Amino acid sequence: MGMAVKEMMAKRAAEEIENGNVVNLGFGIPQKVVNYIPEGMLVFLHAENGILGAGPMPAEGQEDKELIDSGGVPITMSQGASLFDSADSFALVRSGQLDITVLGALEVAENGDLANWMVPGGLIPGMGGAMDLARHAKEVIAVTMHTDKKGNPKLKKRCDLPLTALSCVSLIITDIGVVKVEDGGFVLTELFEGHTVEEAIEKTGADLKIADNVRIINYDAE
Amino acid sequence: MAELQNRFGKIRTVEEAMEYINDGITIMIAGFCGVGSSFRLIREIEKKGVKDLTLISIDAGDPGVGPEDIIKNEQCKKLIASHIGATPRTGELLNEGKLEVEFSPQGTLAERIRAGGVGIPGFLTDVGMGTVIEEGKPRVTLDGKEYILETALRADVAIILAEKADEFGNLVYNKTARGINPHMARAADITIVDAREIVPLGSIDPEHVVTPGAYVDVIVQGGGDWTWEWQLKK
Repeated sequence: MGMAVKEMMAKRAAEEIENGNVVNLGFGIPQKVVNYIPEGMLVFLHAENGILGAGPMPAEGQEDKELIDSGGVPITMSQGASLFDSADSFALVRSGQLDITVLGALEVAENGDLANWMVPGGLIPGMGGAMDLARHAKEVIAVTMHTDKKGNPKLKKRCDLPLTALSCVSLIITDIGVVKVEDGGFVLTELFEGHTVEEAIEKTGADLKIADNVRIINYDAE
Repeated sequence: MAELQNRFGKIRTVEEAMEYINDGITIMIAGFCGVGSSFRLIREIEKKGVKDLTLISIDAGDPGVGPEDIIKNEQCKKLIASHIGATPRTGELLNEGKLEVEFSPQGTLAERIRAGGVGIPGFLTDVGMGTVIEEGKPRVTLDGKEYILETALRADVAIILAEKADEFGNLVYNKTARGINPHMARAADITIVDAREIVPLGSIDPEHVVTPGAYVDVIVQGGGDWTWEWQLKK
């Protein structure tokens, strides 16, 4: 049994992170990214409610009732952490101090538009901090399955769902591979072992350029 | 150690604090996922049964935690928040037409509350441009760049949880229970603080005061009665 696909996606997203980076991780697969930050690398995790330097979940029974991340989950504080209020937390985002945000996506358009906060017809959850993060992080990485449960492409010419932010995504990591948003178009740069260029083209709802040297990612062999 | 006095008359009973909570007021309830919310005062608002509130809160709390109690009890006619996804009943009330919800991106919402507390009527931002958030808001061009105009938020009453208050209302918060609290504490006509500990004047290091007491009107002694989402889920 090889590595689960969502774990591979999280691991690939972690490759983008560098020592000293200020990073915000969204819900779902992005939350797993923290598990793949190499040992010895110092990364400052930001949470919207007001902390830079969020640490791993405490052991059961060691939770601090007033120390949570933006998902309401108990956390710890890393060495060098700082605490501040929620307006300052977004001041940090808006002023360009956030190096990377990794977010889930419902749809990404070829110009980098992101839709990830609501599907009309159901209960409306609200956008939380997604619009602020997507607009102002220096690098926005979308981590998403290449198609939805019905097989419809999630990488499209234009988003049909309500938008989170315009032209913000620069890198998309899917279960098939890695797609860059460059000059208003999708470029396939990497494939997970077992997937093909033809499959990526077929499952993408817009033109997909193919990079000159497509990297084949095989974490099981590494 | 100095003795605790009440020379500004700010230290009051919960019953006295509740006199400010009336039908139709706009109320800010501080906290995030229930952390930093005064469960005790929320429960008192629920008990008092006031109606037609306009509630300003970062989220709606979690089921059974935080502001959700008074939303579920249908005491609010309008909610201004950034996220209600953790409390499905809030979304149902919205869909049933029983609750008006104004969504604001979380950072924009925090800044609107901050603006309300610092005497600024609005501000320009590019967050939400080209999305539904922009609808009905004027665009302003400044130095060749376009922004949307967001307005400040103020309330009649703010309900704040603090770790510590002194007799004057100087406040200290605890970790991520700080959240939006210092900003809501400045953005209401009447700021009511549920303090875990009330200490004599002079016992908080001035360097550590986050909210100066000038903003605080009423201080009630905390009930020491807390619930948290992650405890409920166990």
